[in-house]
Amino acid sequence: MAEIRVQHLRKAFGDFVAVQDSNFVVEDGEFFVMLGPSGCGKTTTLRMIAGLELPTGGQILLGGDDVTMLRARERDIAFVFQLFALYPHMNVRKNIGFPLLAQGMPSAEIRQRVEETAKLLRIDHLLNKSVSGLAGGDRQRVALGRAIVRRPKCFLMDEPLGTLDTEFRDLMVHELRELHNRIHATTVYVTHDQMEAMSMADKIAVMNHGVIEQFGTPREIYDRPATMFVADFIGSPPMNFLGFGGGLAKGAKEITVQGAKVAVPEVRDDIAPADMALGIRPEHIRFDDNSKLRGAIYGTEYLGTTQIVAVETADGIIKARVPAEIRLSTGDQVGLTLSSARLSLFEKGSGRAVRTAIHDAASERRAQHG
Amino acid sequence: MSLTTAHSVVAPSANSKRIAGAIIIAYALISIVPLLWIFATSFKTPPDSIAYPPKLLFQPSLEGYCNLFTTRTRQTPEYINSLGPATDFCDETTRKRNMVIAGPSNFLPRFVNSLIIAFGSTFCAVFLGTLSAYGFSRFKVPLADDLLFFILSTRMMPPIAVAIPIYLMYRELGLSDTALGMILLYTAVNVSLAVWLLKGFIDEIPREYEEAAMIDGYTRLQAFWRTVLPQATTGIAATAIFCLIFAWNEYAFAALLTSGTAQTAPPFIPTIIGEGGQDWPAVAAGTTIFLVPILVFTILLRKQLLRGITFGAVRK
Repeated sequence: MAEIRVQHLRKAFGDFVAVQDSNFVVEDGEFFVMLGPSGCGKTTTLRMIAGLELPTGGQILLGGDDVTMLRARERDIAFVFQLFALYPHMNVRKNIGFPLLAQGMPSAEIRQRVEETAKLLRIDHLLNKSVSGLAGGDRQRVALGRAIVRRPKCFLMDEPLGTLDTEFRDLMVHELRELHNRIHATTVYVTHDQMEAMSMADKIAVMNHGVIEQFGTPREIYDRPATMFVADFIGSPPMNFLGFGGGLAKGAKEITVQGAKVAVPEVRDDIAPADMALGIRPEHIRFDDNSKLRGAIYGTEYLGTTQIVAVETADGIIKARVPAEIRLSTGDQVGLTLSSARLSLFEKGSGRAVRTAIHDAASERRAQHG
Repeated sequence: MSLTTAHSVVAPSANSKRIAGAIIIAYALISIVPLLWIFATSFKTPPDSIAYPPKLLFQPSLEGYCNLFTTRTRQTPEYINSLGPATDFCDETTRKRNMVIAGPSNFLPRFVNSLIIAFGSTFCAVFLGTLSAYGFSRFKVPLADDLLFFILSTRMMPPIAVAIPIYLMYRELGLSDTALGMILLYTAVNVSLAVWLLKGFIDEIPREYEEAAMIDGYTRLQAFWRTVLPQATTGIAATAIFCLIFAWNEYAFAALLTSGTAQTAPPFIPTIIGEGGQDWPAVAAGTTIFLVPILVFTILLRKQLLRGITFGAVRK
């Protein structure tokens, strides 16, 4: 197993820049997820790490060795494809043993390794079956088997659960994470599904338009989104934005939104007057008739333990997650109270988050990280 | 609407199915009657074959097949009587017509020529076609669209339009009346079809298969051989049949460019008519035998052939 270091990685297809200046480090044994909407460059980045695309610029280091221009077969990595890419003309045993065959391993040893791997994935009873008759989850396990049988330096996975049914997907999310905990393989996992990313990742990179918008743990990314894009992409429903104007002074603890004063985490930088946005997670909104920030109930989605309430304010609809017991009907006037300590502030122009007290712990950590 | 009578809007109605069935049966009859007539004629005696009104019921005879495989000379009855007893059936029937067998005919060597040239050119066309189709499908080929159009354009004119230049070139190159020349020619004609058909089939094979193999330690050629080729067999079989049918049936070039050693069966069969009167049973026998290889090949690979015909019509 090895660390993956990506430096100033760039890929252009003609005029279209798929990936620009990507930098990140996946530490040895880490489960790293690249998350983003389709076309954001996450798969291209993964394919460059795999050697299926050559970068236009930058460097890829695998366990300290520069592999930027090496052929895929010389990199000692394993790749799990979205469509699994199981060879339909081979049975499960041959599929799993295929990478070992390339190394010229004696057939007795291949047999033994394939059986060990199959046991690890609990598919040893399927070894002599044809792959075309397998259920989605089993196909996925065979694809994983083919990846781990070789004990490569790292695993790369391109939306491996994308084609599975929801029930299988939840099962596989747990299985994948459990497998990772057992074998501690450095893993780069690409997905557009935030639930997969949040539940499996040690670290997440959120990408958009070829740029890494934020790199951090799932908790950092959810609690302290670095940009409005990240805030909007992560969370279901996503973060609400309420616009406000004017600059912010260092040390400010209060802003005015729609005529109501709202306490916010202490601002750490001076911000010149500009269009700003206040970011609020739905679960950080409570109904309070005394609040000056008001709106009318627009609609509700009942989810069992909670409900998502859409409230029409002067600045558009925002969504709140409140306990299911609260009885509401459309058109009711409500006051909104926000959990001050959890709010985010953004500059609308750049989309970047304003540094506030919620970032304090993170900036200390980043300083240590170097 | 009760459940039992529920029907799909897009499924054909019973009436249209009946009409379609009737049309297909009529077409099948029209297509198959000449073949059946040829088959029947091959088992008639020469007098039966030209009888008027035509005989539907007749005493089957292998005389046509005897005449197909032999050359005969007319002799006086005295000479025939002076010979020993007839050795086999063919000998016997020939003598009844006041003739003796002079030796084997050219049919067998011509048939073998057909086999060599048709299968040889099919192999070459499919081999080259598979490689170029893979290239066009997987790599960024400069001017790929123009090249593909150029390849296709070779089929836009009737082949016979280039007959005279090819005849002259072949004469200069010494390729006239050689199996090699015919294989080259049929390969050139078929390779365009092969590239286009196979590109469609290979495009349908996800490139993840090769990529997986290449990551797993194989070279591109090994990946192609072990993962693409096994999955392209349907397409390759369909393409092979189309190429084989063309090369097997081709008449115009064969008539023009081959006359002796490399002559194929299509230009040879009509020449049988001239030997010793209008020997329709022998012609019919030659045609019947000529049909067999392609029939066997087509029946063996009919599933692939159907896929080849409907290829591209349905996306998975």
